[in-house]
Amino acid sequence: MESAAIIEALSRTVPATGVEAVASGDGMPTLYVGLDRLVDTCRALRDTPELRFAFLSDLFPVDYLPREPRFEIVYLLASLGTAGFGDTPKRLRVKVRVPGTHPTVQSVSSVWPAAGWSEREAYDLFGIHFSDHPDLRRILMPDDWEGYPLRKDYPVQINQPVKTYEPLQVSQEQFVANIEATRDRARSD
Amino acid sequence: MADNDNDFPVLLTTVDKVVNWARRSSIWPVTFGLACCAIEMMAMSASRYDIARFGAEVFRGSPRQSDLMIVAGRLSRKMAPVLRRIYDQMPEPKYVISMGACASVGGVFDNYAIVQGVDQVVPVDVFVPGCPPRPESLIYGIVQLQKKIDKSKVFA
Repeated sequence: MESAAIIEALSRTVPATGVEAVASGDGMPTLYVGLDRLVDTCRALRDTPELRFAFLSDLFPVDYLPREPRFEIVYLLASLGTAGFGDTPKRLRVKVRVPGTHPTVQSVSSVWPAAGWSEREAYDLFGIHFSDHPDLRRILMPDDWEGYPLRKDYPVQINQPVKTYEPLQVSQEQFVANIEATRDRARSD
Repeated sequence: MADNDNDFPVLLTTVDKVVNWARRSSIWPVTFGLACCAIEMMAMSASRYDIARFGAEVFRGSPRQSDLMIVAGRLSRKMAPVLRRIYDQMPEPKYVISMGACASVGGVFDNYAIVQGVDQVVPVDVFVPGCPPRPESLIYGIVQLQKKIDKSKVFA
């Protein structure tokens, strides 16, 4: 299925304004989607009967540093092509351009729940914020890390002092309460 | 030592020698494999290289039962507090071997995520070079540690 046919099927569900097909070197259909219409378009790609891109295989940002808009987020979709899930197996690459200052994108985790961890990774390493994300925290780096390591302007060989002690996982009061609860249980046994 | 049955059976030595002999003859390592070095560490403890010959074959899953920590692999900054906590939980006397280039100086990972030498986190007794060190190298490191323990003063 070519990009044009995908856009044609898509436009029957949502207004396909801002959706443009681009040529790709590997022949895989590739679409650019407008930043403001991302979630609607993704939901249509998932639900349109002849498309049924029900599987998000990957999601990752790319940093094109001197250029503006600086980031692009790439969504790799697959349609399994089994009964009721599209007619034939097919793949699609969806891209969205994100500006470099205060990069914010709508989360697609309401469309594909699997996007949650990938978006956390994108937030952790590129500093891209995903609005309406259920649990946007760092996933790979320590929670108190400064900076976003996979950005092109990150000092990769920076050598900071090593933190050898981690902060308490619970508050002082919770810690005392846990110990007292354990002691009470031990006494009652 | 008694030469014949008429001699009084007495063994004369120093406390240091006995204690050091006991300590160096059963160095139990804590299981702390971080990367590919751990494969060589496992090979060292298995039948072909057989670290049991030097009394260090009992890899413990608990730091509270071990004497030696072999830091086998690159230590990430996120892992550093964990390493420190496990080291703190080991009873004295405790020893550390930094195994391989990554644990010793960061190795090829000259970047923000990897600690450039575990001596920034725990005191290291023996550095074993190599990428990864062969099991023979690690056995040599353990023998060097045994020599170091032999020379230590228990009651200084």
